[in-house]
Amino acid sequence: MTNGKSNFGRHRKSCPFSGPNAPVIDYKDIRLLQKYVSERGKIIPRRITAVSAKKQRELASAIKRARQIALMPYASE
Amino acid sequence: MALYEHIFIARPDISPQQVAALADMIKQTLEEGGGRVCKQEYWGLKNLAYPIAKNARGHYTLLNIDAAHDAMVEVDRKLRLSEDVLRHMSIRVDEHEEEESVQLRSKSRDDRGHRSDDSRARPDTRPDTRTDDKEEAKA
Repeated sequence: MTNGKSNFGRHRKSCPFSGPNAPVIDYKDIRLLQKYVSERGKIIPRRITAVSAKKQRELASAIKRARQIALMPYASE
Repeated sequence: MALYEHIFIARPDISPQQVAALADMIKQTLEEGGGRVCKQEYWGLKNLAYPIAKNARGHYTLLNIDAAHDAMVEVDRKLRLSEDVLRHMSIRVDEHEEEESVQLRSKSRDDRGHRSDDSRARPDTRPDTRTDDKEEAKA
């Protein structure tokens, strides 16, 4: 009885920023931000990184600020 | 007064002393407007992620500022006029970081670690379900 959807990813990962000692999202911390950016430099969608909506918004604005001051690329080949 | 984090990037072909002079100019402008600089950090000559005005590198400086709005407007005006400053950004924050920012902290940690720079290429552990990257790679 396959409901047409594999069980892959069925176990929902918890948001990495909601734990008690979660890392602070900071536009200067490019080591943390790089984990949420694809090799091409694009922001990875929530459905893959399982980040909560609020934290994804903070993450996106931090990444955009880092791009503004050339700490992170807009697109990287 | 309001707390700000201010970062500016200076042209690579000026000396660090001139960059410090720029920072002092900002500090003086703020003091005239009744503000003050709480902390100043010089991140050194870093490679830019993309060229700005044909420059591949730039002097990064972070300033933690406590000032009123009109002092910040004056700083912004002066930095726009300055030819040495490639880009500047000030962000209002709720509180300042007391200890050194991630840039300096990660540098001090790197010195101890044996990891060289090229080891930072992350292995792609995420399930690669992003189709657009694959098409681009194929095209």
